[in-house]
Amino acid sequence: MSDDALQHIRDTVESVYHTDSRRVLATLIRLLGDFDLAEEALHDAFTAAVERWPRDGLPTNPRAWLVSTGRFKAIDNLRRRARFDAALVELIHQAESAISSQDEQELEDDRLRLIFTCCHPALASDAQLALTLREVCGLTTEEIARAFLATAPTIAKRIVRAKAKIRDARIPYEVPSLSDLPQRLDAVLQVIYLVFTEGYSASSGPALTRPDVSGEAIRLGRLLLGLLPEPEVMGLLALMLLHESRRAARSTPEGELVLLSDQNRSLWNRDQIAEGVALVRPALSSHPPGLYALQAAIAAVHAEAPDAAATDWIQIVGLYDALTQVAPSPVVELNRGVAVAMRDGPSAGLAVIDGILQRGDLADYHLAHSARADLCRRLGKFAEARASYERALSLARQEPARRFLEQRIRELGA
Amino acid sequence: MKYLCSVFFDEKNLEALSQQEYERLNEESLAYDDVLRKAGHFVAAQALQPVQAATTLRLRAGKVSITDGPFAETTEQIGGFLLIEARDLNEAIQLASRMPVLRLGGVEVRPIKEIPRGAVQNS
Repeated sequence: MSDDALQHIRDTVESVYHTDSRRVLATLIRLLGDFDLAEEALHDAFTAAVERWPRDGLPTNPRAWLVSTGRFKAIDNLRRRARFDAALVELIHQAESAISSQDEQELEDDRLRLIFTCCHPALASDAQLALTLREVCGLTTEEIARAFLATAPTIAKRIVRAKAKIRDARIPYEVPSLSDLPQRLDAVLQVIYLVFTEGYSASSGPALTRPDVSGEAIRLGRLLLGLLPEPEVMGLLALMLLHESRRAARSTPEGELVLLSDQNRSLWNRDQIAEGVALVRPALSSHPPGLYALQAAIAAVHAEAPDAAATDWIQIVGLYDALTQVAPSPVVELNRGVAVAMRDGPSAGLAVIDGILQRGDLADYHLAHSARADLCRRLGKFAEARASYERALSLARQEPARRFLEQRIRELGA
Repeated sequence: MKYLCSVFFDEKNLEALSQQEYERLNEESLAYDDVLRKAGHFVAAQALQPVQAATTLRLRAGKVSITDGPFAETTEQIGGFLLIEARDLNEAIQLASRMPVLRLGGVEVRPIKEIPRGAVQNS
């Protein structure tokens, strides 16, 4: 074989690894019944591909070849290890008796099984995140550690323990039944959204050396939507895309925070907005619309407004009313209060926010105090505005937010 | 990414093995090296002679001083090492967890720090 042809096959192995290694892993976990065994088999299958494909030519179905090679390698490994460890005999039976289906639907379901297992409610939330990023997205332990500003041994331990829990608690590798689906899907969506917000709100820190965490969450959202086109999956993907579209406008080149109303909207990513907005309508089709669909709808109204003043605040308040019904929380009420201020004027908004604060909710939430300060400022109540900005500053933990508040206090003068 | 798996154990544990147990440990360890070699993970591995064969060097006031015995007097001493190539720390941990010698003591898995050659020459 010529050098060019050899290089072509090596490039093919490389690209098959990128596109298909997670699918192959998902199927191997089902066939072998064990995460570690499947990961080892995946590695062995690709090692064999590098060796054999240049010699024997490309298989017609590389993915099927990798699955069956991985499975046979695993059985070989287990047989050899069973000489020293009799407990492995059960695993050998499982690996040998599993039916290796070539049915496309079954293979796609394997990817869903993997996602639902990694996000199983029996696992702690931080373990779900780490496991999903490593097994479903294919990130390395070190990359996950960088993304979450943790050490690699901490993340490694979390992953080892999560796998042990899956094994010991015999967490089944399956797509949940229709009756369990809504609840289990919530857990998956929450993991994806947490991954997203980790990448989206962490504008400080050594951002340049971190992998694109939000991008990974969006990729996961797309994958899930392809496998399970439920309205809330559409809603989550739309919400992430619409938030992500504003990334370039959210901070100055110096890293200072820019509020939505002050953002340069020509910096917003129009392709992401178009994709997000198109998903919002089908996302709202369930009755009642879900948490993510409603938040995405709010983001879509902002995305389509030429500027803050021209925003359809009537519609935004209506969407917040609906959100309060579906998922009541003080933070949703606070956001609704800000929208009411835009619709009916600052004093109407202030009444809503003061109502929340008087109940004792959000007393320690810096954004509640800075929203209140802002409305007082607009009403000319400068002493009250200053007091609320100072309260917000005493509670804010992120550097850009603190600098923003200090700037506002300076602007109020002595 | 390369990881060093340093094996630590109390040498008494090794001495306590019967001849048959000792041979079996060696056989298993060599077999595991072959498994790692075939899978492309193996870089290097060696067992070490007992710690009484060690010599420790230190620089004192610009002069090399030599003492016999290990660098630090502890019950568990380094008894061997395995250098592997792995995708990430979890794969390295998984590979280290099957080292047969683990039953004598413990294994420390630690990533290798690559020192870029260009930077050294320029500094």
